[in-house]
Amino acid sequence: MILEIILVVVMLVAAVCAGIFKNLLNAVIAAGFVSFIAAILFFLLHAPDVAMAEASIGAALTVAIFIIALKKTKRHEDDEKDN
Amino acid sequence: MRKIISLVLLAILLTGIIFCLGKIPFGNTQSKVRRYYVNNGIKDTGATNIVTSVVLNYRGLDTLGEVTILFIAAIGLSAVLHWEEKRQKKQGRRSSLILYTGCRFLFPLIMLFGAYIFIHGHLTPGGGFQGGAIIASGFLLTMLGCWKWQGVNKIAFKVTESIAGIIFVVVGLLGLLYSGYFLANYLPKGLPNQLFSAGIIPIIYVAIGFKVGTELSGVLDNLIEEP
Repeated sequence: MILEIILVVVMLVAAVCAGIFKNLLNAVIAAGFVSFIAAILFFLLHAPDVAMAEASIGAALTVAIFIIALKKTKRHEDDEKDN
Repeated sequence: MRKIISLVLLAILLTGIIFCLGKIPFGNTQSKVRRYYVNNGIKDTGATNIVTSVVLNYRGLDTLGEVTILFIAAIGLSAVLHWEEKRQKKQGRRSSLILYTGCRFLFPLIMLFGAYIFIHGHLTPGGGFQGGAIIASGFLLTMLGCWKWQGVNKIAFKVTESIAGIIFVVVGLLGLLYSGYFLANYLPKGLPNQLFSAGIIPIIYVAIGFKVGTELSGVLDNLIEEP
């Protein structure tokens, strides 16, 4: 129970971070972290099938696809600096 | 003014959602269909993994729809990103020998694990989608780690994908022929916990594993190749 509460809190923090990070690479990694913790939570809730799908698709393939897309596009922003 | 209107609309939407979702008895023991699946799943389908028996037997048509969605998405992506044979020899940085050897060592093991997941889909947790995603992540590792990577053999991938999809539909149509409805489980069910059991479920899951694996790998290959 304690473990699940800690995981949910970390997941919420990571989700908020994915929304507010300026650097898109950091945001993508935070979103992948949300998927990873969701996979652990699914496993703790006795749903190993869903946990497997979430870990392989959400935490691995989606992050890879986002990073490839980020690498191939350019960031353009006029008024704010990249941090 | 516009902000106020959108806030009001948002509040109306939120109340509607809360009102609707409050009516649904989540997690209640009243759900009869759940109890039916748990009690009669093994007897009806022969699959030890109840999730698989729901996904492929009771709700097989939904799975066909999911596979079709993935297929259409992959087709659309390759239509947008298709570069006609402009792939020149990449002069990118060489990965180190340790990385290259590690990738070559890990790739067959990942393939084996993915194949295990989808072949044993009716016995242990996992199935075609999970196994296919694991196989695609093995291809991703090879694409990132091997400096001799020249892209996958696209024609072989497309042929595998199409054959797997055709097998799924043909097995379903044979059910229509033998038992009177689409995706009926007409093969002998065998003993539970055996590899050759559960009728058509292992055949369909192997087909889905090949299909999802080749599709996701094709998507990654399309994305990663240089324009």
